[in-house]
Amino acid sequence: MRRFLLIAIPYAWLLALFLVPFVIVLKISLSDTALAIPPYTPTLDFAGGWAGLKSFFADLDLENFVWLTQDDLYWKAYLSSLTIALISTVLTLMVGYPIAYGMARAPEEWRATLMMLIILPFWTSFLIRVYSWIGILSQEGFLNQFLLWTGLISEPLIILNTKIAVYIGIVYTYLPFMILPIYAALDRLDESLIEAAEDLGCSRLSAFWLVTVPLSKNGIVAGCFLVFIPALGEFVIPSLLGGSGTLMIGKVLWEEFFSNRDWPVASAVAIVLLLILVVPIMLFQRNQQKQAEAEQ
Amino acid sequence: MTFKTLTATAIIALGTAAAQAEEVRVYNWSDYIDESLLTKFEEETGIDLVYDVFDSNEVLETKMLAGGSGYDVVVPTGTFLQRQIAAGAFQKLDKSKLPNLKNMWDVISSRTAKYDPGNDYAINYMWGTTGIGVNVGKVQEVLGEDAPIDSWDLVFKPENMEKLASCGVYFLDAPTEMIPAALKYIGEDPDSHDPDVIAKAEPVYMAIRPYIQKFHSSEYINALANGDICVAVGWSGDVLQARDRAAEADNGVEVAYNAPKEGAQMWFDMMAIPADAPNPDGAHKFLNFIMDAQNMAAASNYVYYANGNLASQEYLEEDVIGDPAIYPSPEALDNLFTTTPYDAKVQRVVTRLWTKIKSGT
Repeated sequence: MRRFLLIAIPYAWLLALFLVPFVIVLKISLSDTALAIPPYTPTLDFAGGWAGLKSFFADLDLENFVWLTQDDLYWKAYLSSLTIALISTVLTLMVGYPIAYGMARAPEEWRATLMMLIILPFWTSFLIRVYSWIGILSQEGFLNQFLLWTGLISEPLIILNTKIAVYIGIVYTYLPFMILPIYAALDRLDESLIEAAEDLGCSRLSAFWLVTVPLSKNGIVAGCFLVFIPALGEFVIPSLLGGSGTLMIGKVLWEEFFSNRDWPVASAVAIVLLLILVVPIMLFQRNQQKQAEAEQ
Repeated sequence: MTFKTLTATAIIALGTAAAQAEEVRVYNWSDYIDESLLTKFEEETGIDLVYDVFDSNEVLETKMLAGGSGYDVVVPTGTFLQRQIAAGAFQKLDKSKLPNLKNMWDVISSRTAKYDPGNDYAINYMWGTTGIGVNVGKVQEVLGEDAPIDSWDLVFKPENMEKLASCGVYFLDAPTEMIPAALKYIGEDPDSHDPDVIAKAEPVYMAIRPYIQKFHSSEYINALANGDICVAVGWSGDVLQARDRAAEADNGVEVAYNAPKEGAQMWFDMMAIPADAPNPDGAHKFLNFIMDAQNMAAASNYVYYANGNLASQEYLEEDVIGDPAIYPSPEALDNLFTTTPYDAKVQRVVTRLWTKIKSGT
């Protein structure tokens, strides 16, 4: 009985917070738009009894998904989101790994403080932190002022409202998600393995490549997924820092929902996005499982 | 009495007190009222006023169509109002509770009746035009003394835009206003709902797209006032607010607004009561308060937009009522056009075209 309860809790959690919302969105994606409250039809009507339920299902169709294949806007947006998410993940890894490595190699008594410094920015609202980048990157912003002052540039750089600003925003926002799992992996690393490698003739660099990196692989994989998955559907960062030309699926979804008032197509876009994400999420899950098994 | 029961009683007492205090929830555009009016309303009526703001019709409409917004008064623009009335989002006004309706201006109410026949569902709050704001000095520097600042030529002629690009041009990110403007410029019906006619706006924008720095519906106020940009296609009152900010900062920037002579769009922001408003009675009190001549004048004097209230005109400052950019002359008024809401299919065409224009592909 107790075991059953223990298993039931995570499943109930999944049911309430994932499956139920998913079914609602799926249902809307199969409906048609209407000028009404809510703005789609048919709506579920239990008062109609069995006949009402039957006509409800008869009215659903896949039209909205067909629509997504007819306009090149959607696949272009998915593709551009995938590219942006992929590049940002690589950039985050390049910035995050050295930080995590440095933290793991720092003296024991510093580590808590360093960890604190990574987590501290999270206590400020995400929105405010992204907004403050506008102040830094704009043409009259701190960065340009500083570069002009040092004489490195003579004309202010246009960074805000370009893809570069989006990359900076994503890397900055998701950096802790990359650092923490890599740090956890490096922290557990047995120092004597590196010593052994060096004793056996490895240079420091090749010891790093042959021992440290493979042993922190699980942390790298976990960190990459934790960055890639949310970055793919990102909406706030491109809409605040990106220009009009930055096409991302989150923005397309917003426009379907708000500008076109087309909840069904917006839901269809969301379902497809979810399907695209299922692949990396499953890979992530497999990686976690393998890691857990390896530790046993 | 133990401490526990004491707290319990206190909580119950607080609860009933809160239930008794009447509350009106208003959802209006940002920077769109003299805030001292809000305290004045609370003092006069004893009703608690909860005042929230939004910055796009689309956001408001989504809340209205989702239902259960919890607001008692909302302020959609005419075209959006019409569609939301059709969706059943609003309740009819009880005109017996609105004695100040006598103050309204027939010149405006005859126009708003196009969206809301008989003005049964809403009252006009403010109205204005969509035109061109310029930094006079910079534009003349680039295009010469006779720069066509009162014509759509300024922003739709590629030769002009090519030169203006060096000092910065912003457009509103509002397809339902920017596409009609381009159609008007090429001599088509700005209110056309024919996808083939709407498509004619595309080459107009594609020719000038490389020279447009940004599409945004509120940043241009500051950008224009600071001198960061020299031209903004925007809303009348916003440009005039930029003019005032520049004058206050005394930074040598002179901002001017013009409703282009070829014809500009006229829009109306309307106050309406959602069908499921928790306190419709209080909502009527708020509408009646706003329609008071002096209150309405205070709001217009503050935000630099014209209102639909005739009686308020004697209380308006000279730089509001006397400014043809805010209160156009009767002839200029005839030159303004209005639009009607698109249905779902045409809206999709318009949004898609706008996405294409903005992304430049």
